[in-house]
Amino acid sequence: MVDPLLRLNDFQLSVLKEIGNIGAGHAATSLSVLMQREIDMNVPRVHVVSLQEIDEIMGGAEQVVVGVFLRMEGDISGSMFLVLKLESAEMLLKVLTGFEGNGFTEFEQSALMEIGNILAGSYLSAFSDFTKANIHASVPAISIDMAGALLNAVLMHVGMYSDTALVIDTEFWQGNELVDSHFFFLPDPGSVAAIFKALGVDFA
Amino acid sequence: MNIVKVGMADLNVARDPDILRTVGLGSCVGVAIVDISSKVAGLAHIMLPTAGKPDVENPAKYADTAIPMLVKQMQQKGAVVSRMVAKIAGGAQMFSTLNQNDLLRVGPRNVEAVKMSLQLLGIPIRGEDTGGNAGRTIDFSAADGSLTIRTVAQGVTTL
Repeated sequence: MVDPLLRLNDFQLSVLKEIGNIGAGHAATSLSVLMQREIDMNVPRVHVVSLQEIDEIMGGAEQVVVGVFLRMEGDISGSMFLVLKLESAEMLLKVLTGFEGNGFTEFEQSALMEIGNILAGSYLSAFSDFTKANIHASVPAISIDMAGALLNAVLMHVGMYSDTALVIDTEFWQGNELVDSHFFFLPDPGSVAAIFKALGVDFA
Repeated sequence: MNIVKVGMADLNVARDPDILRTVGLGSCVGVAIVDISSKVAGLAHIMLPTAGKPDVENPAKYADTAIPMLVKQMQQKGAVVSRMVAKIAGGAQMFSTLNQNDLLRVGPRNVEAVKMSLQLLGIPIRGEDTGGNAGRTIDFSAADGSLTIRTVAQGVTTL
């Protein structure tokens, strides 16, 4: 059986990109409110990528990053994963909490978890409005470690059913400064058909 | 000397003096096998414990299909099973706060499945660094069978 993800056409990919655009737009607005700063985002990128090559879209699998991970469950299931470079996490904490130490205590970690929670929550609510799907998110989990190792754990749900991941990836900006981060939306392979069905797009 | 990369759910075989590398093992397990007499080494980056069916699209993903496949590829390069020894690393739990789902215990289950598969093939384990909650990057030398493990907090160790 050929992986259906590998047969996505340009129109279907552009639909996914638009979903990512709406979700990330809401997420950026929520983050702006939280940070009381202007936050923008770029147009999301949609990747259909094999598990063997997936670390390349993030760049530097060995780099230490902050990862916040949530599962979404309901009519459509998948994973949401916020990856922040350490400097970006420090920058966000500085604005939010006046952080200027080194190393993240439990307090900083829970603040970062809350950022992930807010981003994911607003992304999801836009997504569920759009698809009319009933979806809820798990509590977030945080880990600070090698990017590849975190991705390993996040991709477990994809790996159970597929050798290919559908990744909708957004970057955020604060003013002219890139908040060096990725926000990944990874629908479970079994949910891709449900997404297209909810949107009235043909998908074999 | 070349560095041969092994991606997630992937495996590869190399000869002396090459080095096999997999970057960022989380809950996945790296299985390194060497036949030191023929200086043929193999490394698999295993993602899940069992395939549950005989024909899977990517055998390199599962412990019970990847290890026999790796051994076969090593044999094709002249390695002999009775001389093979293994070292394993990985199987961490990266997100400790999530526990509602058995899937998140996949690290320890991967380690168990890997040990079972090695035992079935009669390949002894000569070194192990598994569990915990830290990501690992490993280099496996086909020249001497040494396995170098890097973590963020603990630095470098060699098995």
